[in-house]
Amino acid sequence: MLMTALLILPVLLILATLIHKGGSIISAEFLFSEPTNGMTAGGIFPALYGTIWLVAVALMISVPLGVAAALYLSEYAGDNWFTRIINLAIINLAGVPSIVHALFGVGAFVLFFGFGTSILAASLTLAIMTLPLIIVATKESLQAVPHAFREACWNMGATRWQTIRKVVLPNAVSGILTGVILEVSRTTGETAPIMFTGAAFFLPFLPESVFDQTMALSLHLYVVATQVPNVPDELPYGVALVLIAIVLLMNSLSIAFRMWLRGRKKW
Amino acid sequence: MNEKAATDYAIHTDKLNLWYGTFQALFDVDLDIKDGIITSLIGPSGCGKSTFLRSVNRINERLGYVRINGSIDVMGKNIYDPDVELLQVRKQIGMVFQRPNPLPLSIRDNVLFGYNIHMRKERASRSQKDEIMEAALRQVLLWDKVKDRLNARATELSLEEQQKLCIARLLPVKPTLLLMDEPCSALDPKGTEAVEELIWELRGQYTILIVTHNMAQARRASEECIFMLMGKVVEHGQTQDVFVTPKRKETSDYIEGRYG
Repeated sequence: MLMTALLILPVLLILATLIHKGGSIISAEFLFSEPTNGMTAGGIFPALYGTIWLVAVALMISVPLGVAAALYLSEYAGDNWFTRIINLAIINLAGVPSIVHALFGVGAFVLFFGFGTSILAASLTLAIMTLPLIIVATKESLQAVPHAFREACWNMGATRWQTIRKVVLPNAVSGILTGVILEVSRTTGETAPIMFTGAAFFLPFLPESVFDQTMALSLHLYVVATQVPNVPDELPYGVALVLIAIVLLMNSLSIAFRMWLRGRKKW
Repeated sequence: MNEKAATDYAIHTDKLNLWYGTFQALFDVDLDIKDGIITSLIGPSGCGKSTFLRSVNRINERLGYVRINGSIDVMGKNIYDPDVELLQVRKQIGMVFQRPNPLPLSIRDNVLFGYNIHMRKERASRSQKDEIMEAALRQVLLWDKVKDRLNARATELSLEEQQKLCIARLLPVKPTLLLMDEPCSALDPKGTEAVEELIWELRGQYTILIVTHNMAQARRASEECIFMLMGKVVEHGQTQDVFVTPKRKETSDYIEGRYG
């Protein structure tokens, strides 16, 4: 009981500090206007907008790829040295520090594929970094679907794909979506992988395509907190509050969603 | 083998041997199972009766370590021929399991599941499908109980109803052979009676091969009976003959309950 209280204490403290110091700056104008005066005043809209871009593009890449990989590993591939190596690689990928991902992103996407510093390069880097998350979540939810259902399908002459589409996926979709939402919150907060690949210090315009650079909330926080002189105290706290609010919102959404779907499940 | 002999029997096996890894589960099984009747398979646990049943629709082979030689002809066609399509085999042969295994879908979708998979070219309208579903549910004596809740989840039904549903969902694809692996062992006596009654109803329309541990059930619900022991067929004949005047001592020992 006491330990549990100790666990939530830091979260509450962080939130309380942020609200206390940065709450006053939050307003519609703060969310929807551009930074002014060399980023010492004004709002955060370009960063917010850029973060949405980055996360959306990263999801479009990693979700299909991750779900397909998990389907293959869980429904098609047998247990052999090849799949064991793949599984090991996935676990290791999850353990790679984000700055290493960032440098890989620079080498592979910015330079080798020639995407330049752009949303595409940054999102690809984020996608690769969060791929293990989505693969593991999907695999777990696929394996939670009782084997008897697959057998029943196969014995009626359904192909593997028919079995997956009609029975396995519909019953695993809650777990997969939970993984996706968790990925959103993780992607939103990451700074290192995007700072060399696509996120800019300051931009006077909004991105128009995936080949543009963009500002991002996480990097913006780093910038206003450490790189720009004479920033009023409440500004970085406000940015941090918005960032953490998005992450907490996404996490609670994923928990609520999982509980709702679990309540509907009956077998 | 000539064509005549092939079509007289629903299942014809020739020197069927089966191994799980190094363990041999079936020894030279030669069986001719007649078309259109109910045949029961009895024998003590581990005698190979379920293994035999599972070879007939090739679900054993999913276990990578199963090896088979000999042949199994179903309706005159060796189902282990390389040119045989597994999905067609499974369409022709329905299987019912020990534990009812309805899919986590509505009752309606369960009954039409196989139909939707195999009859996609038919392009049946919704009302045609409804008729097919009703016919299948009526045939398993379930229609009156579920007609008002066809969209309810099949997993909410009682075990007896679930098992009937599992039989119903085989019927729309018009199988010729139904394999039943102890279909009543998870049911209470009342459910057992109801499902047996249903099996008896289906007699003549389908060839039914039923594995059972229940002597009384074999006796009540089948026309021919096969007794297996240690992976070998010991006796195969009219159910009455096997029970009343068994030819082999092992059979009479088993029937009288001396082992098993």
